[in-house]
Amino acid sequence: MVFDILLYISLGIFSLGLVVKVFFWFSRKIGYKSEAFTTSERLVAAVKGIAGIFFSLKIFTLLKVFIDILFQIHMLKENPLRWLMHILIIWGFILLLLMHALDDIITMKIFDDYYSTLNPYLCLRNVFGVIVIAGLSLAVWRRLIIRVPRMKSNAMDYYAIIILVVIIFSGILLEGMQIASPTVFSDMQEEYADLDEESDIQALESFWVKEYGLASAIVKEPFGQQEIEWGQELNEEYCASCHASNKWAFAGYATARMLRPVAVGLDNAGALTLLWYLHVLACLFGLAYLPFSKMFHVIATPVSLLANSVMSRETSSPANTITRQIIELDACTHCCTCSLHCSAMMASKARGNPYILPSEKMVILRDMVKGKKLTPAQHGAIVEGIYLCTNCDRCTVVCPSGINLKELWMSVREDLVQKQGSEPMMLSPFSLVRGLNRNLLSDEAYAKPLQETQKALAGEFDEITRADRTVVLQEEADKKWLLHSDDTDFSCCFGCQICTTVCPVVKNYENPAESLGLLPHQIMYCLGTGLTDAASGARMLWVCLTCYQCQEHCPQQVKVTDLLYELKNKAVQKLEN
Amino acid sequence: MNQYALFLGCNIPVRVKQYDVSARMVLKELGVSLKDIRQFNCCGYPMRNTDPKSFLLSAVRNLALAEKAELDMLVLCQCCFGSLKKAQVLMAEEGDLQEQVRHLLAEEGLEYDGNVKIKHFLSVLYHDVGLDAIKQKIAMPYKKLNIATHYGCHVLRPSRVTEFDDPVSPTLIDALVKVTGAKSVDWALKLECCGAPVMGIDDDLSWNLTEKKLNDAKAAGAHYVCTACPYCHIQFDTVQQQMLLDNKKQDALLPAILYPQLLGLAMGLDGALLGISDNEIDISDVISFLNEE
Repeated sequence: MVFDILLYISLGIFSLGLVVKVFFWFSRKIGYKSEAFTTSERLVAAVKGIAGIFFSLKIFTLLKVFIDILFQIHMLKENPLRWLMHILIIWGFILLLLMHALDDIITMKIFDDYYSTLNPYLCLRNVFGVIVIAGLSLAVWRRLIIRVPRMKSNAMDYYAIIILVVIIFSGILLEGMQIASPTVFSDMQEEYADLDEESDIQALESFWVKEYGLASAIVKEPFGQQEIEWGQELNEEYCASCHASNKWAFAGYATARMLRPVAVGLDNAGALTLLWYLHVLACLFGLAYLPFSKMFHVIATPVSLLANSVMSRETSSPANTITRQIIELDACTHCCTCSLHCSAMMASKARGNPYILPSEKMVILRDMVKGKKLTPAQHGAIVEGIYLCTNCDRCTVVCPSGINLKELWMSVREDLVQKQGSEPMMLSPFSLVRGLNRNLLSDEAYAKPLQETQKALAGEFDEITRADRTVVLQEEADKKWLLHSDDTDFSCCFGCQICTTVCPVVKNYENPAESLGLLPHQIMYCLGTGLTDAASGARMLWVCLTCYQCQEHCPQQVKVTDLLYELKNKAVQKLEN
Repeated sequence: MNQYALFLGCNIPVRVKQYDVSARMVLKELGVSLKDIRQFNCCGYPMRNTDPKSFLLSAVRNLALAEKAELDMLVLCQCCFGSLKKAQVLMAEEGDLQEQVRHLLAEEGLEYDGNVKIKHFLSVLYHDVGLDAIKQKIAMPYKKLNIATHYGCHVLRPSRVTEFDDPVSPTLIDALVKVTGAKSVDWALKLECCGAPVMGIDDDLSWNLTEKKLNDAKAAGAHYVCTACPYCHIQFDTVQQQMLLDNKKQDALLPAILYPQLLGLAMGLDGALLGISDNEIDISDVISFLNEE
């Protein structure tokens, strides 16, 4: 009765959670295109898309992916150890769920000789439990002991391990306690054997104590040979037909043997009920909380893998892409495979910005999509994190959940830079891929964040270089900010202007001084006269090709291009502080 | 022949796969063996504008990984090459930044002692394999094919860092082109930038530079511009294709061919395998210049 009530409550929460999560898949917004579609439009697009698949050859692709999901072949290719961990946990757990938890619904229907106390079921339950424990041990080892660099663990990762540990170990403890419990023995004896003679009961009990792991307050070892033989005979007659030897339940049996010194006391104190509640509540909590936890990936990841196998940027409706990207946030298991291979991983380390790593971006994106308010520092870090990406697509290639990360980054990146306005990383070769995809945007939307960023980085440039402003020259040039100052820094410049003459950018403009703010030789003059702020605000810096013509040709061997690099670094640093 | 750690960088595996495939094919024919180090990360080049520490740490981690594998590096990209070489020069100096980088590397269980040689793919062909060895493998030399060689800034300059070739009148790529039987034409803008570094930042400037170069090479009589850098190749191929679409034009100014594609065809390798059809702008016509010996 209590069990039924608890089961229905947790099933209710689980179903409600499922409905809510699926509703979020269609209602939550992500990326720069998401404002264009309403929830109902996205639902309709999804139904059309799915229907289209079922009436096309793509249905075979889905079948192939389904088999891949069952055996996790994509993960095996990437990391065999992780595959082993995952396959042990899921298959161990699924088999326990089907054979043990749902025994009266499934196992009994298939096998009419089913008895939880008979083999092979008695033994298999333990085998499956131990399989899950082996998988969990690997998980703990990976997360806590070997500490793979850039594999970060958060509360959800620990929850996932803890809930499984509690379910499996409480189950084994419960079985151990049942084996050891005198109450359980005496109930079974009354129900199935119903012996009248006290001596018979004692003989049977002695046999169970010796062979089946029972603890007893009445009989004590050592037992006489005759007593055990008599007990064994009674066992054969009354028990064996529906109870195999407890030794087959090896994990439970071992637990019972360990519990033996305290088992009678525990039994009297009601440990059985307590452990039963612990086991059942852990299972039901896991079920009820599943849609809201990392465990939701058991639903979202297969959906993501299936959706990605039949969708493409060219043929799929943008509405479905948005929906898929929301699902992908749920499909991410935070396994960090992406971050282990991220090309920009060292930038994350150097800049102390975790959001450069793909796995950490997924965590904060999930929060952002939920509408959680970010601090300005977090917001700046996520914009930088999403832009400081070499677009090498390695994350997408290695993701075991099949998440199309590169497309996710592209849509979120554009949304964020449009809202934030300026991001210094935009004025670097990281922008190549945005440039190659400029046709996805309007000319105005494409240009705006670039212009805003240049404006922000220019600082006081217009004010400092106003024609009627008196220029105050510094007595000594400021060299503190230079990466290395030696005899080839700007002090050697004698003003020949060769740097400007050979510059292909300067050659590109009719009126270069107006278009570029300052020309390369003027920037060198500024440095020599201590006007560093003017130099670091010139537009010239951000359209410098870094082709090194100026530096190569400088008769004084001034490292012109390197100095322009350092001025850019300085301008970015100034904006960040 | 030596074994090298192949450094692909970030662009090639996604955007210029045919460079990876064709370079591996010709190197295999020439007996150069390659090892892939999966842990390699970005060379640091795109970070130079914004953060010196990210640049240096990224670059040096790769050097340390190659050093750990006791292999010299073979780099396919001009910009990766320039960035790694620059990092090597910087690490030979003492300073705060270098100290921080060493410290962060140690956290990764890595250290860098400066014992790794960084070589560009073309340098390996020219210096280590040698023109004679290449010539022996040429099965179908080109006739009457005019090639405009494009060096790419970051292998040439700053020459004190890159040590690739004479920065003012380089001949290395021209010699490698000539060995295939093709003619290397003289063109004025040969050593200029392709425009890629500002693609996505100032597209008008980027396109102007690309267009000028292509026009100049075409006026010099070139049939193809020959590249050996993913950035330059993207610019001359993918971006040129976009320019055509944007201006609603049919004919390309000048198609671009990757050097290993050019060499591979002359060695008699299969054009389909060399990824000839993977270029955005059609270069299938190059086969008509091949001649059976």
